[in-house]
Amino acid sequence: MIQETFAIGDSIIHRLDPRVRVVFATLFSFLVALSDRFPTLYAAFGISVLMIIPARLDIREAGKRLKTLFWFMLLIWMVLPLTFEGDTIYRLGVFAVKRQGLVLCAQITLKAVSILLIFMALLSTMNINTLGHTLNRLSVPGKLVHLFLITYRYIFVIEEEYRRLRTAIKIRGFKSGTNLHSYKTHAYLLGMLFVRASIRAERVHEAMLCRGFHGRFYSLDGYKPSRKNRNFSIIMTAAIACLTFIEYYPI
Amino acid sequence: MNKPAPDRIPLIRLSGVSYRYPGADTNVIDNLDFQLYPGDRTGVMAPNGSGKTTLFYLLMGLLKPSDGLIEIFGKPAETEKDFEQIRRRIGLLFQDADDQLFSPTVLEDVAFGPLNLGKNQEEARDIAMKTLNELGLDGYENKITFKLSGGEKRLVSLATVLAMEPDVLLLDEPSTGLDEKTKARLVNVLLNLDLSYILISHETSFLYDLTDSVYTMRQGKMKRAEKIHVHPHVHPHTSHIRHHH
Ligand SMILES: Nc1ncnc2c1ncn2[C@@H]1O[C@H](COP(=O)(O)OP(=O)(O)OP(=O)(O)O)[C@@H](O)[C@H]1O
Ligand SMILES: [Mg+2]
Repeated sequence: MIQETFAIGDSIIHRLDPRVRVVFATLFSFLVALSDRFPTLYAAFGISVLMIIPARLDIREAGKRLKTLFWFMLLIWMVLPLTFEGDTIYRLGVFAVKRQGLVLCAQITLKAVSILLIFMALLSTMNINTLGHTLNRLSVPGKLVHLFLITYRYIFVIEEEYRRLRTAIKIRGFKSGTNLHSYKTHAYLLGMLFVRASIRAERVHEAMLCRGFHGRFYSLDGYKPSRKNRNFSIIMTAAIACLTFIEYYPI
Repeated sequence: MNKPAPDRIPLIRLSGVSYRYPGADTNVIDNLDFQLYPGDRTGVMAPNGSGKTTLFYLLMGLLKPSDGLIEIFGKPAETEKDFEQIRRRIGLLFQDADDQLFSPTVLEDVAFGPLNLGKNQEEARDIAMKTLNELGLDGYENKITFKLSGGEKRLVSLATVLAMEPDVLLLDEPSTGLDEKTKARLVNVLLNLDLSYILISHETSFLYDLTDSVYTMRQGKMKRAEKIHVHPHVHPHTSHIRHHH
């Protein structure tokens, strides 16, 4: 049972050739990851936000995914500005907030959100078999594709198990609080989560083996060559060229 | 029932097979002998935890026996390579349908097997649609697998297995969670299939409708159950009303 909420849909993006999507999502991510200047990062952020529109993603679902990232970012914002070497711009008792730390935080946040959004728009709008099949066709080594896809799949498996366990706890009247019983329950939950997820992941893999899976992924989706692919490629190439220009030829 | 002629080669032959889960202190399967011949429809009815599912995993090569010999289609089945070939011809219906379905849509899940067998997109899609139709699942192709009901998941799981057009089926409690009507449809589908199978079930009438011989499992071995003889394909609890012996 793997949820791929975004994979089901019929938007312009859904109908693009997956190869085109994979190539541009990859190029875009690399460029963003390697950029440091804020104008570039703002522009990249803008482009990735715009991408959500033609993909017609469920905004609430997209928000949920961003929320996960948000907690991680919060951690970075709390740690980096205080621990980074640099000019102090603010003093809070024994803590000194460093400018370079803040800048780095802002860069990381912009990069992470942009990359996540572009992946949501371009990659999560195809299902896993199609993605695997596409990577195969783009001559990514088979072992690598397999590793990547299985990792991706197991993330969903873990999520699924988590939801089941949480339901099991909830229906028996568990309310989280600050007491030993709560901590113990949370610890059990986490422990069971990994045990069960790994067993289930193994079963899913076995189920695939039982149906003749031998390391290659096939796709049922027929993508006809269309003008859309060309147009999309032109737009994306232009966008990436602009970003490169902004990054490396500051005015 | 099906007295095997000595010259017939069994589809499956287990000789002295044992299996012990790592860390366990007894064999779940212990020195087990069993044969399945072409055309055999064998039932297994045994208590929970007696090793039925484990036996199926051994037959599919998902677990490797600690001892003994498994021969399938007349050849010893030992390595992963052997089982890769075997899995193309033996279909396993998992006890838990959640283990079986992993693609987002029903159509994709059913077509997964045929695509792995080398069919092209067109053929795989046709086979998938045909199989769904045979199981009365028309209109399910674009449904999302994780949103199906328990019974629907079970039928779709069966479709994913049948779509590979196997020679042998291993069915692990296929009737669990099905309503009477759906169960009747399942019986019909299985009766009209021209293949051999081993069927695990806890339901007497279901088992007796669909199988020619019933085994039980005790202490890791399979024993032919002396079945209260009924005419094949007649409900045992109605037979005594209609029949006069
Ligand atoms: N992964 C495992 N590790 C250790 N022991 C296991 C594992 N899976 C099953 N067992 C044990 O092996 C025995 C047989 O399990 P199995 O699932 O084969 O039973 P079963 O006959 O299919 O039961 P049921 O009718 O409940 O499905 C059980 O006692 C079980 O506890
Ligand atoms: Mg079982």
